[in-house]
Amino acid sequence: MAEHKLVIIGGGPAGLSAAVAAVDAGLAPEDILVLERDSEPGGILNQCIHAGFGLHRFGEELTGPEYSGRYIAMARERGIPILCNAMVLSLTDDRRVTFVSPETGYTTIQAEAVILAMGCRERTRGALSIPGTRPSGVYTAGCAQRYINIEGYMPGHRVVILGSGDIGLIMARRMTLEGAKVLAVCEIMPYSGGLARNIVQCLDDFGIPLKLSHTVVQIHGRDRVEGVTVAAVDEANGRRPIPGTEEYFACDTLLLSVGLIPENELTRGAGIDLDRMTNGASVNQFRETSAPGVYACGNVLHVHDLVDYVSEEADTAGRAAAARILGNAAPVVRSVKLTTGHGVRYTVPERIDLAEEPEDVRIFFRVSDVYKKVRLVIETGTGEILVNRAKSAVAPGEMESLTIPASKLAQVLRSGEEEILVKLTETEGR
Amino acid sequence: MTTKELTCVVCPAGCRITVTLNDAGAIESIEGYTCQRGKTYAANEVTHPVRTLTSTVPVTTAQGKKMLPVRTDAGIPREKLFEAMKIVRATEAKAPVRTGDVLIADFIEPGTNLIACKDFD
Repeated sequence: MAEHKLVIIGGGPAGLSAAVAAVDAGLAPEDILVLERDSEPGGILNQCIHAGFGLHRFGEELTGPEYSGRYIAMARERGIPILCNAMVLSLTDDRRVTFVSPETGYTTIQAEAVILAMGCRERTRGALSIPGTRPSGVYTAGCAQRYINIEGYMPGHRVVILGSGDIGLIMARRMTLEGAKVLAVCEIMPYSGGLARNIVQCLDDFGIPLKLSHTVVQIHGRDRVEGVTVAAVDEANGRRPIPGTEEYFACDTLLLSVGLIPENELTRGAGIDLDRMTNGASVNQFRETSAPGVYACGNVLHVHDLVDYVSEEADTAGRAAAARILGNAAPVVRSVKLTTGHGVRYTVPERIDLAEEPEDVRIFFRVSDVYKKVRLVIETGTGEILVNRAKSAVAPGEMESLTIPASKLAQVLRSGEEEILVKLTETEGR
Repeated sequence: MTTKELTCVVCPAGCRITVTLNDAGAIESIEGYTCQRGKTYAANEVTHPVRTLTSTVPVTTAQGKKMLPVRTDAGIPREKLFEAMKIVRATEAKAPVRTGDVLIADFIEPGTNLIACKDFD
């Protein structure tokens, strides 16, 4: 069996950032292998031609291909091997990676460390159970994005979009600019799952209505979509459609932007612990999973709003994997579990492994509802406040983060506390 | 005196910015921005809104026709987006192309260019 020090599964922004960070932390580039299933590296950014990437990382506003292009260039400069057209079939908890590729055939590699960077995929019609016929013309927003931006095909002319996730909003603008008529974006929740800036520049700019608390209740058409029926939903009654509010839209295309699912089949196959809230692996602050030496970063771990944060998280995983291989990681004294309190849906990481001299740890989390005027609080199990920050507005669509300073973690280490709670407190009514 | 509430589109923070205009329509004050880009955005947004246009054009490469992502290297007036798209749709490129190559100079506005966003050999 072939041996390799670090195998990175996925050559998108997470995998490439992790590889670059590992080399910058002292690992030899030839000890790394990036496995990418597509014919080119770059991942989903290759089809995200809109601008807005890289403001944090590079201090400028780049398109997706430009952002990934920079990481591809950084990986090439360092001589990091990237094997494209390579599909990983399985992973074990002792870091054996089996893959197929036209160049190498069926190959198994024993690695000292593995970084999972497989990204996520879209929820499809099947996950929603929309009644009606099954004509062509129902696409996920990302699928339509690929058709237009990579393949150069226009998938439809009169469009209704279900779900107000960012990809749906971006596609509303993209299809409008390409000459399609986008009739409406329907969102079952009373708030949008997308970024506020995308509501403004993708919908408001073009006068596309955003119908909150509305969903598609019927798809019409035999061979091709002929229309959809949209209805308001009752917030107080399990978001069931309200009879009498139905509205018919004649259209040839329905795009779905109804959520992303981290792609964790390999992770599950390796028996790695998953977090039921993120649908990704449960990790420590170095993004190490329950399997020693297996790390996860990017959208395979939890769905990010910004690729800049994906790169940051991947840097963390890449550095940690390099430290493990080079034998310079600080030994863990004990672990503290992170739990979620009022208004917090999940945190990443889910645990903090404390060394003798703790370092600052940044906690990412999502809130569970829209709140105004809150305080974001991290406290110990016994109620001692570690971090307390006021925020004028929070929403589930925008990831929050707080940093626990090293000095506070040193206190936690000495105190024997086993849990840290992340919660929000409402300073006034909603 | 009128006030306008804006959501900044410069970065994903989406700051809420309030712009106050005097009766002559000139900017009296800008509040709520958290960076200089945001202040500039707000000033533009109430007088002449601009947007970066991104799209694709066909590119002929050794491996056949591909789609080349393109963008304007500065904001163009929002009301000219569709006029700009007409030109983009009639544009084709030929490999080799490098990220940053100017495909159309003085695109829509003098000094603004349509540039390539990806390398093709």
